Amino acid sequence: MKKTIPDIELMERGHQACLGCGAAHAMRYLLKGLGPKTIAAIPACCWAVIPGVYPYSCMDVPLQYVAFETTGASISGIEAALRAKGKKEGTTVVGWAGDGGTLDIGIQALSGAVERGHDVKYVCYDNEAYMNTGIQRSSATPFGAWTTTTPVGTTKAWKLSPKKNIVEIMVAHDIPYACTASVAYPEDLIKKAQKMKDITGPCFMHIYAPCPTGWKYPPEKTIELARLATDTCIFPLYEVTNGKYRITKRIKDEKKKDVLDYLRMQGRFKSLDEGAIQSIRDHVDFEWARLLRKEECFGEEQ
Amino acid sequence: MKLVLSGNEAAAYGAMLARAEVISAYPITPQTKIVEKIADLIADGRFKTEFIKVESEHSAMAACISASLVGARTFTATSSQGLLLMHEMLHWASGSRTPVVMVNINRAVAPPWSVWADQTDSIAQRDTGWIQYYCESCQEVVDTIMQAYRVCEDPRVLLPAMLSEDAFFLSHTSEIVDLPPQEELDAFLGTYEPDVRLDIDNPRSFGSLSMPHQWYPEFRYKIQEGMEHAVEAIERVDREYGSLFGRSYGGLLDLYRCEDADTVIVAAGSMCSTIRAAIEELRSEGVKVGMARIRVFRPFPTEAFRALAKDVRSLVVLDRSFSMGSEGAFFSEVKAALYPLSDRPDVRGFAVGIGGRDITIETIRSIITDSLRPDTGITAQKWVGLRRCEE
Repeated sequence: MKKTIPDIELMERGHQACLGCGAAHAMRYLLKGLGPKTIAAIPACCWAVIPGVYPYSCMDVPLQYVAFETTGASISGIEAALRAKGKKEGTTVVGWAGDGGTLDIGIQALSGAVERGHDVKYVCYDNEAYMNTGIQRSSATPFGAWTTTTPVGTTKAWKLSPKKNIVEIMVAHDIPYACTASVAYPEDLIKKAQKMKDITGPCFMHIYAPCPTGWKYPPEKTIELARLATDTCIFPLYEVTNGKYRITKRIKDEKKKDVLDYLRMQGRFKSLDEGAIQSIRDHVDFEWARLLRKEECFGEEQ
Repeated sequence: MKLVLSGNEAAAYGAMLARAEVISAYPITPQTKIVEKIADLIADGRFKTEFIKVESEHSAMAACISASLVGARTFTATSSQGLLLMHEMLHWASGSRTPVVMVNINRAVAPPWSVWADQTDSIAQRDTGWIQYYCESCQEVVDTIMQAYRVCEDPRVLLPAMLSEDAFFLSHTSEIVDLPPQEELDAFLGTYEPDVRLDIDNPRSFGSLSMPHQWYPEFRYKIQEGMEHAVEAIERVDREYGSLFGRSYGGLLDLYRCEDADTVIVAAGSMCSTIRAAIEELRSEGVKVGMARIRVFRPFPTEAFRALAKDVRSLVVLDRSFSMGSEGAFFSEVKAALYPLSDRPDVRGFAVGIGGRDITIETIRSIITDSLRPDTGITAQKWVGLRRCEE
């Protein structure tokens, strides 16, 4: 049988993630793609805790824990120093941050790093809220979600604004490569990681990483839920290489699942009324149609 | 080689002569000439370094810390608001034990907007675990950058250092600066080769979580140990530099005409040159006055002050900053250093030159006259030369 996932394990057993943590899968697959010649920087996020308490670590690559908003700047510094030392060739520098550390507090340093054109890979694992601090909304939290700071209450005070589209923000920086990936599609994720490793210049990956603790679903449903996110077109898998769009997991209209299948698996959406659900459905359809158009207009030459 | 350089240009040359391998900096008045001069030196092919033109001071320091952990010699420069924005990362640099060297141009803190000399910005960073030098001349800037790298990279110290220069009085004032030969400086400084670093051949984690019962207090204590080693290293390196290049600056506390002095003025930065001139005048009039220039504020020159205190009747402490709700930091810390002595000199404090207000020989003379009056029992710090609303 041909193996589709590399054997190499650079994230060892003994990590401290919650049961069913999507972010734990995400790191394991990413490192399989990037390989052992990788230096990582991780800011405040769940992954500041997951590797283990000093002096233990589940990580087999060098790792700097960095301040919350500095991932982009830190990987810039690592990359510049490797170049100064003549050690850049063959080494991959990766920043690994959560959605809050990427879309909110870290967006300035990220924007600076990719604009300057450092040869760095920035990976955001997205669990759609500040999960390490205990489920507070971020700008990656989708419309309609309960969090501890969008507590629904008696006034439907769920998250009222839409999720920020970080991939499009990265595409607007005119970088060589930006993509989405999901823990439910490891071969696709690893292939994209390998592609990033081989590109010289700033690359961005946005990984969908469900969180049973924060989203209120049973831990064994992480992969099923992640797959549904893509199959409903809530989180499409695509890549943008030098401005050219390519959808890497095509969802045919007749196979496209309804958003309700996805929403009702999670406690965070349990209070939504029919109107809110319909507006989510409309938004997903609109964004999916827009992505199809982008691929059609700005796709890779056939 | 002798060149006419401003304090800012001296900082840029200092970074080049120290062969800083990664520079990460963001422009701010009145520091801008440092980053411009570095860019010029690189563009002309004279300075081989990686210059990251970051999007903020916060990122400037973050990039320096990471680059230092890879094993590169790093440099940055900032001022005032930029230094304040860096505050979080200043702690990160010392906690990471990264020997980053930074030049800070002492500029007042807004609001109201002011770009003129004031030491509040760096004094406010005194608890960040950084070695702090205060320079008096452009020559001292170059020489201190060289010394600072030697001190910081000492394996028993491994801490970052900031060198402060007063805005405009030093940053924009040009004087003849002697640049020692590169090969002699190379021999003095060596290369930075940390034992542990971010290295794919030897994967390690830097800065991971430590619980209260584990090692956090011990890591913090080791920073203090590094500071204690720095006291010796700063003095030793200053002496060695002096023997090699003919210039040294008194280590932590630079004493001027203190041998027979009854009164010693304590101050830091560019005002010290004015104080020297005032001392000459006062001496010619028979007033036995000297100066103890705080060249290094962290680690604090506690022992040097205690030694000085044995032979003087009074210390007159001048702060170009003020800790609101308390008093100037120099005033507080000088008194704290002397407290264990049974026979202490009288210590008086003056806040002076705040926000760049000019400090003239006349200002110093009036302070001395004021402090020579019999002790009124009032020990609070005085603000010198405050205007009244009706003016």
